[in-house]
Amino acid sequence: MTDPEVLRYTRETGDFSRMLESIPYARFIGLACDQFGDDLIFRLPQKEQNLGNPILPAIHGGVIGGFMEMSAAIYLMMSQDTVRMPRIVDFSLDYLRAGLNRETYAECRLTRQGNRVANVMITAWQKSRSQPIATARAHFLMED
Amino acid sequence: MNDQIRKDRVTRFIETLNQARELGLTATEASDGRLTLCMPYDDRIIGNPDTGVIHGGAITTLMDTASGSVILCALEDFELCPTLDLRVDYMRPAEPKKPVYARAETYKVTRNIIFTRCEAFQEGGETIANCVGTFMRIGKEATPKHYRDLIAGGGE
Repeated sequence: MTDPEVLRYTRETGDFSRMLESIPYARFIGLACDQFGDDLIFRLPQKEQNLGNPILPAIHGGVIGGFMEMSAAIYLMMSQDTVRMPRIVDFSLDYLRAGLNRETYAECRLTRQGNRVANVMITAWQKSRSQPIATARAHFLMED
Repeated sequence: MNDQIRKDRVTRFIETLNQARELGLTATEASDGRLTLCMPYDDRIIGNPDTGVIHGGAITTLMDTASGSVILCALEDFELCPTLDLRVDYMRPAEPKKPVYARAETYKVTRNIIFTRCEAFQEGGETIANCVGTFMRIGKEATPKHYRDLIAGGGE
């Protein structure tokens, strides 16, 4: 998914702009990432093109899924000691509240890292972390 | 309701979804409880710049849209049904430069819940991803009448 050089740069500086700039889909939805100590918070800024339901209006559920999926992949890449590219195997997403037309956040947790497969939990929220708009679980195959 | 009406309703519906418009999604086939959508290849949705393979997120959006819109092909009157959950299994990466199709069906419609299945594939190719979803029925009255009329269209 990303250049080893860019990955090294991101790890050393905590600056995700070069990595995210190199992934067209990240630019397409507007994904951003900030590092706080060891923790990563992913951000999906408000964007009209990301909307689905025009009545509420609400962010398209697929975009919320794509945002959480890509957040998990980046999180996993950053948590490895070596350059290993995660390839998604499956993704299970529960929608808990409508994602309104405002900035959305996500954080990830590595539930289990095996030799070849990793299991990641992802939580997305808007107003408050205690009121998630979606939770997801993904399996990734790790490739050298 | 005939298949042309189903397809027209779906077309009008996805036209109102910014992200579906942004991805250029179109309805290619509709029948009772079944729907196929097409997503053209686009450089902007690439997930891996080295290979040109599109990101799973775009496929998730395609399948979510197909699964949500196939409901219009199963119910007589338009109801907006929020997604409860989606489970996507990725079989293989999509081949670059080719459109991806999503074929969805409602396999069970109950008073409160609609269960869907969806398969993403490419022309002449194998399955790219499978998806099952559940949607909640909140009743047609929950959606403003002007929007329901827009989806139903004036000509019907």
